[in-house]
Amino acid sequence: MNRILPLIIVALALLAFATLFLVAGPAAQIRTIEPPEGLEPYSEAEQRGREVYVSMGCVYCHTQQPRSSEQAPDATRGWGRASTAADYVYDEPHLLGTMRTGPDLLNVGARLPSRQWHLTHLYQPRAVTPTSIMPSFPFLFEAKEKAGSDDVVVKLPEQYRPEGKVIVAKQAALDLTDYLLSLDRTYPVEHDHLRDNGFRAEKEDS
Amino acid sequence: MNFTIGSLLAFSFAASLLAVIALIWAISTHQFRITESDARTVFEDDDEAGKLDDPTSPHSERLATQDPRLTRDWHRLLIVMFVTATAWLVFGSVFGVIASLKLHLPDWLTGSAPLTFGRMRTLHLNSVIYGFLSLGGIGTAMWLVPTLFKTPLRKPRLGLVGAAIWNLGLLAGVTAIARGWTDGLEWLEIPWQFDILLALGGACFAVPLLFTAAARRVNHIYVTGWYYMAGLVWFPALFIMANMPVHTGAQQATANWWFAHNVLGLWLTPLGLGAAYYFIPKIIGKPIYSYRLSLLGFWALALFYSQVGMHHLVGGPIPTWVVSLSIVQSVMMVVPVIAVAINQHTLSLGNLWAWRESLPLRFVALGAIMYTLASLQGSLEAVRAFSTVAHFTHYTVGHAHLGAYAFVALVLFGGIYYMLPRITGRAWPMPWAISLHFWLVVVGFAIYFFALTIGGWLQGLAMVDASREWLESMELTVPYLAGRSLGGTLMTLGHFVFAANLAVLFLGPRRHFEETPQAEETQSPRPAQESEA
Repeated sequence: MNRILPLIIVALALLAFATLFLVAGPAAQIRTIEPPEGLEPYSEAEQRGREVYVSMGCVYCHTQQPRSSEQAPDATRGWGRASTAADYVYDEPHLLGTMRTGPDLLNVGARLPSRQWHLTHLYQPRAVTPTSIMPSFPFLFEAKEKAGSDDVVVKLPEQYRPEGKVIVAKQAALDLTDYLLSLDRTYPVEHDHLRDNGFRAEKEDS
Repeated sequence: MNFTIGSLLAFSFAASLLAVIALIWAISTHQFRITESDARTVFEDDDEAGKLDDPTSPHSERLATQDPRLTRDWHRLLIVMFVTATAWLVFGSVFGVIASLKLHLPDWLTGSAPLTFGRMRTLHLNSVIYGFLSLGGIGTAMWLVPTLFKTPLRKPRLGLVGAAIWNLGLLAGVTAIARGWTDGLEWLEIPWQFDILLALGGACFAVPLLFTAAARRVNHIYVTGWYYMAGLVWFPALFIMANMPVHTGAQQATANWWFAHNVLGLWLTPLGLGAAYYFIPKIIGKPIYSYRLSLLGFWALALFYSQVGMHHLVGGPIPTWVVSLSIVQSVMMVVPVIAVAINQHTLSLGNLWAWRESLPLRFVALGAIMYTLASLQGSLEAVRAFSTVAHFTHYTVGHAHLGAYAFVALVLFGGIYYMLPRITGRAWPMPWAISLHFWLVVVGFAIYFFALTIGGWLQGLAMVDASREWLESMELTVPYLAGRSLGGTLMTLGHFVFAANLAVLFLGPRRHFEETPQAEETQSPRPAQESEA
């Protein structure tokens, strides 16, 4: 092999071949799906909250892709049915994630619908789950002498309350909570084939 | 639908398989005009064969002096590349240790957003991938490509401009990430506005290398050159396509993992393997085992690795056939890996005397062995049954570090120890620090890797066991995460030692080489080698 140009051309051709299969192929299949009936676009506040989720890097510890019950007991854990491509039509950037240092969050809004719970948990996760290793986000909150009329006060166990002060949520914390509550993909599934069904029992194949 | 998709899948696999068979046929029937003697391209002259060549060893039989071909600008460019790469390594490892500690000390440093785990981890990844590994890897190429082609680097000033733009873009990128401005995709966090700077900088790196290749004074392109030339066109193609804002949702996830995995296979792997293919035979003084086999290793990598990546979405919301395709190609990766292993390990393990004599060789040869292990582990991890347990756990993080760190970073360390005395004409000021660096990172990495591999596997077993609470899978990892912090801290200490040695080399009193070590000929390690064989 003594010439640069053929080397480069073949190398690029192989990459193009791979791209056709791994990017263009699935894109052609996924692109045409309609949003499911039960799925609403994010509201403005939810979208802002989603941006907080992205900027804090929540995706590095939380997935948003429950697996099928043939593969793993994700549904048993309350994380919801196996997701399909249609469940993410409004998601940009995608937040599928690859780590479960924390639980899957695709249906956290349905599982934990209390706004107060989320605010407490974001301010101090160990106030809710003593062994949690989730970071606390005190900078999304404010300690005040007295809450104003519009302020959302965070309920906290005594040991986590600063003396003589109340903790109120900043806008970012409220938005983030709105986003988390919007995570609810419990409507019935459509386009079941647009997911990895490699674990399905054999009877399906025939 | 199922029929067409199934046929496509079968077609892709059959095409790949046929291509490999055609390649093996072409090699075995001498269609490629390469011979075993082409493997000797790494040596300057015939005299060099069979002699240890290592500027850090007192037993080196080759003169360790500044390379006479170095031009002023080329010299300056190489120094800028290695110094900035090392700076990114030090920053990146500190971020990594902080991120690691935060996983088991969640209430430590929670006062501000830039210090939160999600950002520290991202700063770590981007600093080491685009800072240390890419700059260090390209810097190595900027030394090796001209050396192999026996001509000075062309357009070195353009390279200097590239280094400035790349570093600026990366600095802006990590600052943006620290402040919460991110594209939000793993491995592509740097905002696309700054990605343009990286693309420009990358182009300024590629042009000098391609011009040098075009002006080469040798007839044959050594295997290192194949990897570098291909990597040089693969990376920009990947980087630019992945940054195109054309995908959303699940579709974006496929594009994301197509990029994130290919950046390992078609960018960092060529940088690491290309360097290993040079340094191992060069230091030992013997050509690689089978030069023609290296063709198979190279083309099979291009063929199979480019279709790997979707196994990151096993069980996820993308079509079954794409995942299956990637799993099949992941397993096929065994072919190039074995080819490279036969070539490199037979040489390095057959010359154990050189491991004792040469610290740079120890780094490079050990790194090459880690490539084999990481790749075989990767093939295994892609398989559905294995992935079900390992996916979503710290096991994967251990695997990623086996590839990116134990392979690519170790090869670069060894390469830099070998190259800098030749580039600067100065000997390493603290030779003992090289050995300290080696042991700190090897012991540190071993702790790191086994902690995450064992902890991650137990985590995965707990997660797929419906009779156990999910929380258990998280709680049981905590001691292993603490172990990871310990290992990571040792590795980081090693990097400080490395950076200090580098700083003294440039800033401290000049330490020239002793008179040529030929006086020591009687103690040369060659006789020992024969008695061992």
